[in-house]
Amino acid sequence: MATVVQAVRMALHMGEAHLGVTDIFGEDVGPPLGGVFTATQGLETAWNSPLDERGIVGAAMGLALAGQKPVAEIQFCDYAFNTIDLLKLAGNTYWACAGDWNVPMTLMTPVGAGIHGSIYHSHSFDAQATRLPGWKIVMPSNPRDAYGSLIAAIEDPNPVMVLLPKALMRARAEGPDELIGGEPDAKELRARIDAPIGDRSGWVPDWPDLALERVPEGTSATLRRGDQVSVVTFGRLARVAKKAAEELAGEGIDAEVIDLRWLHPYDWAAIRDSVKKTGRALFLNEDTEITNFGEHLIRRCCEDLFGDLRIAPRLHAGAHVPGVGLSEHLEDASVPTHDSVLRAIREAALAPEVGRSMRDVPRVERRAPTVDFSLDREALEGRVITHEVFGRSSRYRA
Amino acid sequence: MCYGTLMSELSVEMGREPSPAPRQLPKEQLLKIHDLMLEGRVLEERLIRMQRQGEGYFWIGGPGEEAFNVCLGLLMKKGRGLDHDFFHGHYRSSGTLLAMGAPSIDALRQMANTKTDPYSEGRNFVGHFSKREWNVVPITSPIEVQYSIAIGTGIAQARHGGDGITIVTGGDAGSAEGDFASCLVWASRPMLPLPMLIVVTNNDWGISTPAESQHGEANVSDRGKPFGMPTAVCDGNDPEASWFAIQEAMDYVRRERKPFVLEARLSRLYGHSSSSGSNYVSEEVDCLDVIAERLERRGWRSKDETVAKRTELEASMQGWYKQVLTEPKPRPEEIWDYVFATENVVAQDAAVQSTEKTAGDL
Ligand SMILES: Cc1ncc(C[n+]2csc(CCOP(=O)(O)OP(=O)(O)O)c2C)c(N)n1
Ligand SMILES: [Mg+2]
Repeated sequence: MATVVQAVRMALHMGEAHLGVTDIFGEDVGPPLGGVFTATQGLETAWNSPLDERGIVGAAMGLALAGQKPVAEIQFCDYAFNTIDLLKLAGNTYWACAGDWNVPMTLMTPVGAGIHGSIYHSHSFDAQATRLPGWKIVMPSNPRDAYGSLIAAIEDPNPVMVLLPKALMRARAEGPDELIGGEPDAKELRARIDAPIGDRSGWVPDWPDLALERVPEGTSATLRRGDQVSVVTFGRLARVAKKAAEELAGEGIDAEVIDLRWLHPYDWAAIRDSVKKTGRALFLNEDTEITNFGEHLIRRCCEDLFGDLRIAPRLHAGAHVPGVGLSEHLEDASVPTHDSVLRAIREAALAPEVGRSMRDVPRVERRAPTVDFSLDREALEGRVITHEVFGRSSRYRA
Repeated sequence: MCYGTLMSELSVEMGREPSPAPRQLPKEQLLKIHDLMLEGRVLEERLIRMQRQGEGYFWIGGPGEEAFNVCLGLLMKKGRGLDHDFFHGHYRSSGTLLAMGAPSIDALRQMANTKTDPYSEGRNFVGHFSKREWNVVPITSPIEVQYSIAIGTGIAQARHGGDGITIVTGGDAGSAEGDFASCLVWASRPMLPLPMLIVVTNNDWGISTPAESQHGEANVSDRGKPFGMPTAVCDGNDPEASWFAIQEAMDYVRRERKPFVLEARLSRLYGHSSSSGSNYVSEEVDCLDVIAERLERRGWRSKDETVAKRTELEASMQGWYKQVLTEPKPRPEEIWDYVFATENVVAQDAAVQSTEKTAGDL
């Protein structure tokens, strides 16, 4: 039974052996260490890069453009901030050159709090990542999804970012749904794929024969079904929310928990159906709360599901303070905890309905949301477009 | 060969003839370079006019860099995939693209942001080329990022072997960005040196800031030295000096599979961009004067013939320009096109075999 980090390693092995991965690289990614979390131990194409995040992202882009299949690692997402403009470029290349070049690269990076990582090992990246059009973003919460999201990322012809909750690196499957097809038990797996302590120069891993499973893009997982409140989350907090919801069942509160998994493209259908059913939405993540991805989902709920809502949709996220402090008191006050999640779900479930519910009013057709890529092109035809370039403004009819 | 000799030969100071005696290109070759330089200038002048007339929003380009950029384009091993050169250019690279064979009309299309613009379908500024067929990776606006991205094609080519190389170019001011340092570090890693020609086109300006006020290094290319890279400075206003400097640097990179830093000292003849007026700067050396005088002195092309050639190119440019004005603009709903790829087109290139020769082989 694999840990998340072993699942990542096995997915990367599958990538090398079957999916054409040519390079797995980053700081301390190659031998002897195989990554600060050991995610890249024993892999054939793993190599150490200079300590240069911009170089890492640039090299991955160039390798991808040269027809290779790179998987690059940023050691901690806390150190990815100086790469943002390269990430923007990776995301806009295919669009900017009107489809001449695609950029098939995978970027993986550990994210989030929960390990007392203090100010520079606790950052989240989901708010930044979801502001990078042209990227697909996935954030698994268990070993099987970690395995399946990496496989999906590697197979994708676009840049895909895999955000790995660092607090879950040693987490194991918590049920049969979270097991990878064909994986051996924990003890056997350790013996076969974990590098020995000490001299490992002669060591080679004995990879188990696994099924090639993916987490298809844009698919969420409903971790618990419930009728009273929809909790939409991802990553480390998915498990926290599930446990909290199970506890709250003892109080008679019936919460539905959706693990979004893909932040882009995301599973709007699952959110919509759940929120329509419950009329109560709680978005839960640990990034700072101002300009938070959950806020976008709240906006979409308000615009598309207003008549279905019993209470205003809520966000429980990280405090908008400059860092996550080291002390337990500080960390717990900065990011959602088991207790705060429990409270937030309970409050959302029990809050009185605000004003007159429109649930029973006949539904009117609402306009298509602008973020929807399936947007009906024809609907745009004939609309007056105003655009500005360098201070000039021109209006024309399409 | 001894690189000490190469270095002293190439390290000419601006305005002085190198010693020993400068090498000459054969007549036909120099005439071909001249034709392309003239077309490049006529193109840029037309682009500037289009911007002024409101037929485009912004102009930036390479007038003043024609001598160096045309030679670079002609010497490139053009084609698709790892056996050919990858080119990571910037917004002054039009001469290089023209020399590689890109039609002028396509640059006019990008200026007019038409749907027919093959480089971006009306999305990007002029000079932002992209041509996968020839390994020309998309040119982007952020300064210096190409030096980080070039690392990746360099790695792929180092591993692949053969004689395809990665060529990256950018300005002098941009070399202050971290990406330039990244490029030097990654290109010279002992575990995998990269077959990379690192070019700096030094016009002594970054928009309005003189290089001497911000840069203490004698030559930007000197920064390659502590990494063990051969470096050279050439007179980028002189097509023959440029040709031989590029050729020797390329030969080294192709053969040794190691990086080389080549700095070209050259002029910026119409200021930085349309934002700074795009007027002709008469105080700087014009490479077109340099080559025209030389051709006349050698009796290969008279001043009158040059004027006639230019007039002929202007007439063609006028025709292409008129054609472009009739072409459609992109439609609003096309913003949704090309957000995500459904096919891994770049992977198909890796396997493509050698199909074309370089002009240098001629
Ligand atoms: C990262 C970044 N910073 C600033 C700019 C704005 N900018 C455009 S060109 C330029 C000057 C570049 O000078 P240099 O590198 O010498 O190239 P040149 O234009 O002289 O050829 C600046 C500051 C930019 N495009 N990208
Ligand atoms: Mg400059």
